[in-house]
Amino acid sequence: MQSIWGLLSFGPDGWGDDLLRGVFVTVSLALVTLPLGLLIGFFVALSKQSSEPSLRLAGNIYTTIFRGLPELLTLFLVFYGAQIGIQQVVRFISPDATVEINSFVAGMIALGVVFSSYASEVFLSAFRAIPKGQYEGGYSVGLSPRQTMRLIILPQLVRIALPGLSNLWLILLKDTALVSAIGLTDIVRQASIAARVTKQAFLFFGVACLIYLALAIISSFGIAAIERRVGKREATR
Amino acid sequence: MNASVETAQKAQRPPAPPRGWPRARIFGSALVAFWILFGIGIVAYLFSAWNPELFAKYAPSYISGLGVTLSLVAISIVLGAILSIPICYARMSSNRVLNAISYGYVYFFRGTPLLAQTFLIYYGFGSFKPQIEMVGLWGFFREAWYCAIFAFALNTAAYQAEILRGAIESVGKGQWEAASALGLTKLQTMYKVILPQALVVALRPYGNEIILMIKGSAIVAIITVYDLMGETRRAFSRTFDFQTYIWAALLYLALVETLRHFVDWIERRITRHMHR
Repeated sequence: MQSIWGLLSFGPDGWGDDLLRGVFVTVSLALVTLPLGLLIGFFVALSKQSSEPSLRLAGNIYTTIFRGLPELLTLFLVFYGAQIGIQQVVRFISPDATVEINSFVAGMIALGVVFSSYASEVFLSAFRAIPKGQYEGGYSVGLSPRQTMRLIILPQLVRIALPGLSNLWLILLKDTALVSAIGLTDIVRQASIAARVTKQAFLFFGVACLIYLALAIISSFGIAAIERRVGKREATR
Repeated sequence: MNASVETAQKAQRPPAPPRGWPRARIFGSALVAFWILFGIGIVAYLFSAWNPELFAKYAPSYISGLGVTLSLVAISIVLGAILSIPICYARMSSNRVLNAISYGYVYFFRGTPLLAQTFLIYYGFGSFKPQIEMVGLWGFFREAWYCAIFAFALNTAAYQAEILRGAIESVGKGQWEAASALGLTKLQTMYKVILPQALVVALRPYGNEIILMIKGSAIVAIITVYDLMGETRRAFSRTFDFQTYIWAALLYLALVETLRHFVDWIERRITRHMHR
């Protein structure tokens, strides 16, 4: 029977290094998903605040679907659905090829899609908080619609949307735990393996929870720093 | 006179929508067409993959899975609501110890994934089997179902406590002062003055919390509770038929959308006096 510190140590007997690798997978998945989700979410929000009814409808269908589905189900739909879909295509070329979709990519797409549907709502309400006069002011000094968006609207949009987006980041960080269900070795997966081998389930899942807490605390420091910077830019203007 | 009315109307009329096919309309129509094709594709897929045998075999288990999901969410929401009251009280009290404990509780349950919490309770409490057996609670913590309810109730209690706190704090301080000036006790003030106003504010977050719980409850499938997701996984692992997941998605979507519209309807109804 090893001591707790022996079990959590780094090295061949301890599980510290395995957990650390899990942390790396979790953090990198969340960091890769973030820009994807932000980008899609921004464009969905743009379409939802457009004056064109068909664009609004398309955006609303997107949000309704991906906000209504459980994240785990979305993950399975992407993971198995893409696998089966690609397999069907590949069968045309070589009949007995098997396709394994990368669970990291599947997790990234599924979480990104869910993140973007929530982010689009945050962006949308931020768009609505920006008065119309800002656009008109941009046009009246001769900026094109694209320049107005980039130089006038976006800087304000980021500032208004930041609290909502940082909330979504914390949710994303927690949602990455679901990828352990499709076999990606994230924190939860590593903790399960360690728990099964050492029979110290409470210790390892407790440590996993504490790691997530630590990540949340680190993120809130990062968010506070970003908020300070964005706020400062406003003050110097 | 007539002419001036006419010009005023002309000036106030909103600009006519662009005619023809501007780029946004082409793009939007293409996207809508994509969604329509997507919907037709799913219907066509379900139609072509229609298998009466499969349906007869798994439809009852889907219905029972839906029942398990609903009862799991209902029980844990109610238990969480009860549990959230003392937490919210502690969170708002001026006692520093109570404050710290409740803050830690809320921070822990909101800062860690529900999946990790469920694992911690279902697998983790097994580490204390002798102690739990000694108290006579092992029968409770052995069952995945009870563990799931336990974990979900603790989790949602943290979220609901914050919802309740936010709602109570949204009611102005003057309301408390006015009530105490009228000679109402603290408890009476809470019941008769603060809560009726706070719950209107809290309705939407509560609705969102229920929806989040319905979606979050899918993870109990991983600890072998056969809710809707669990039945789906079982059906898929036996048949390798992808339509099992599509049916689950449709059921979840229908459930969440119904609930969302129901909450909207209630909100419209109870805030009628605020609209003009």
